[in-house]
Amino acid sequence: MNKLNSEMTTTVPGRVPQRIHPHKFVMWVAIGGIVMMFAGLTSAYIVKKNQSSWLQFDLPMEFYYSTAVIVLSSISMFLSARAIKAGKMSQYKTMISVTAVLGIVFILLQYLGFKDLQAKNIAIVGPRSNSAASFLFVITFLHMMHVLGGVIALVVFWVKAMRDRVTNSSLMSVEVLGTYWHFVGVLWIYLFLFYNWIG
Amino acid sequence: MSNEAVLHAHSGAHDGHGDHSHEHHHQSFISKYVFSQDHKMIAKQFLITGMVWAVLGGFMSVLFRLQLGYPDASFPWLETILGKWAKGGHITPEAYYALVTTHGTVLVFFVLTAGLSGTFANFLIPLQIGARDMASPFMNMLSYWFFFAASIVMLSSIFVETGPFSGGWTAYPPLSALGDASPGSKSGMDLWIVSMALFVVSSLLGGLNYIATVLNMRTKGMSMTRLPLTIWALFFTAVLGVLSFPVLFSGFILLIFDRNFGTSFYLSDIFINGVGALPNEGGSAILYQHLFWFLGHPEVYIILLPAMGMVSEILSVNSRKPIFGYMAMIGSLFAIAILAFLVWAHHMFVTGLNPLLGSVFVLLTLLIAVPSAIKVFNWLTTLWRGNIRFTPGMLFAIGFVSLFISGGLTGIWLGNSALDIHLHDTYFVIAHFHIVMGVASMFGMFAGIYHWFPKMYGRFMNNTLAYIHFWVTMAGAYMIFWPMHYEGLAGMPRRYYDYSIWESFKQFQGLNQFISLIAMIVFAVQFLFLFNFFYSIFKGRKVTTQNPWEANTLEWTTPIHPGHGNWPDEIPEVHRWAYDYGKDGVDFIPQTTPVGANESVEH
Repeated sequence: MNKLNSEMTTTVPGRVPQRIHPHKFVMWVAIGGIVMMFAGLTSAYIVKKNQSSWLQFDLPMEFYYSTAVIVLSSISMFLSARAIKAGKMSQYKTMISVTAVLGIVFILLQYLGFKDLQAKNIAIVGPRSNSAASFLFVITFLHMMHVLGGVIALVVFWVKAMRDRVTNSSLMSVEVLGTYWHFVGVLWIYLFLFYNWIG
Repeated sequence: MSNEAVLHAHSGAHDGHGDHSHEHHHQSFISKYVFSQDHKMIAKQFLITGMVWAVLGGFMSVLFRLQLGYPDASFPWLETILGKWAKGGHITPEAYYALVTTHGTVLVFFVLTAGLSGTFANFLIPLQIGARDMASPFMNMLSYWFFFAASIVMLSSIFVETGPFSGGWTAYPPLSALGDASPGSKSGMDLWIVSMALFVVSSLLGGLNYIATVLNMRTKGMSMTRLPLTIWALFFTAVLGVLSFPVLFSGFILLIFDRNFGTSFYLSDIFINGVGALPNEGGSAILYQHLFWFLGHPEVYIILLPAMGMVSEILSVNSRKPIFGYMAMIGSLFAIAILAFLVWAHHMFVTGLNPLLGSVFVLLTLLIAVPSAIKVFNWLTTLWRGNIRFTPGMLFAIGFVSLFISGGLTGIWLGNSALDIHLHDTYFVIAHFHIVMGVASMFGMFAGIYHWFPKMYGRFMNNTLAYIHFWVTMAGAYMIFWPMHYEGLAGMPRRYYDYSIWESFKQFQGLNQFISLIAMIVFAVQFLFLFNFFYSIFKGRKVTTQNPWEANTLEWTTPIHPGHGNWPDEIPEVHRWAYDYGKDGVDFIPQTTPVGANESVEH
């Protein structure tokens, strides 16, 4: 065990060597947990699909639009993080509100997508429903809830920015939120590809 | 850096490793004892809530053991406390199943998950890695209060008119998915699922924090390979929880939709007496089992690993010897954590699983014997020729090893898919998991409580009471669960209400009575422990030295009553691993002692 002794001696006395900030790290671990949840659901989807009476239908067009919207929101999130790092507060305020609005638009589009399915007489829940539609709804609904959580955080950040309550630690929080936001975007793209080609 | 940042996140004043005291926090009663963000207080909250549940869950087992041991007798006092659930002093079949179900849920999740890893991960991680608190004390507080909310909801389910959920702790559909299936499937199940959802959130919040804290908040010099084994075990526990609870959650969400929104994920071709044929079509109850056991199997290691970690530490301290095979201990914990995710289908051998797939799961299941045997070997060799101090904590740690061996061996039987056809759902299974997971982990928990009580409350627990507690519990555990192996081998199925009317199992009436009698004695002895615990908080012998067990780990370098922030001055620096006992003729060398010039190199 002595060979390990020299490991820490090069660092500044009294300081722990720089590691990733715990909050950022917590976010990454949480993302791991969320991935497991959707992995569980999509594998259940695959199992179920290979059993009898699986209804085949096309994804509603709204899901294609919402995919584009969430990609755009990721770009605006990226821009808002860059703005706050550069100290451009007005740009930050704009971009963070744009991201929040795009998030809301995404949720609305998903909702309209399910309206569309119902209009085509595909029952999502209830006694006439087929697991294919129910699965699509449950998985997409859970993803919408994760986006909603992000939107709420974005609104909180926006309110803080409007009240000029931005401090040094906000930078880190914005980065954490950015990580989450990009993650829910990537998650949706995965689900979208999954529904269309994998599942 | 991050340590100070975490404690002072609200004030925004960080000055690196400031050496200001943390005792000056102004704290009201509410912020100190109720909505506390101090990891030590949160640990005690988890512990005491866990104890309340252990008493309730244990009492439930006494009630259903009364039915099993004395099916013909009538106990009027039962009607007094249970009312319509024990008409004429007989527990009704509905109440029996509700008791079995709630006993399982409460013990597995509330006592041995929240009560065990909630207590000791919170208490030991910051103290043993040298951190002022968790990565996020606020999330940590939320974790407890989600658990508390889950507890309240579960408790309320006991009092609803149709009774708590009764369909087994695994909550398989259709009993869990159809309110019309039985009285215990009605609002009791709604409350059960709400409670479990809250519980999952609590576990995730806690687990995230534990992982982040272990990886990011260690003090200077505390490399991963210098961590005490408790921390490694709690770390793997948290990883298992964070990766498996979300899968359980997804299973629950599908269950909620089946239950409340008429979907058919788990339901198909069902006819209910009095209701008629249900329209659900195409669902598969097996799907739920897959999702459930993907959590369910890691869950048993979530329960067991913290006990293993604490036992390793306590055995080494009280043998005055370094733990044998430190790296092998970490390696075997890692192997168990990986295998935990690859064996879930061994709970489903008789569901019509493809035999070829089954044989893969047999192989993976039996592989767990390898890391388990490594651990047992290392514990025994740690004890071997040690200068053993038989403290109560040590006795429970040794008891853990004994139970882990006895219960682990029957795991090899059950892991065989061919034998499982006979043994599945019999008392053999009950005996196996109660010994290896239930009682063994309870022993780990008792060991931890007796050992770290001086750090928690600055006082000792009473040894005489502790020794009586140990010997009765140890002997009782074997007397209760050993005979169940015979019943199980004879084919006696679990979960049944009355075996006396059954020609094949009438012969076990006396044995069942014996088991019930011992169960009541063991339950009663736990009150000795509870008395000891609460009495010692206020009246126990005071701890007068910082390091009463002469242990090496960092928690014993804190003041006898550590404040929020743990160390009044700088966090100590670590220079060596945690197990330098008896090195170079020195009894113990704390982790904070720099390596001397003439010290031998090997540990």
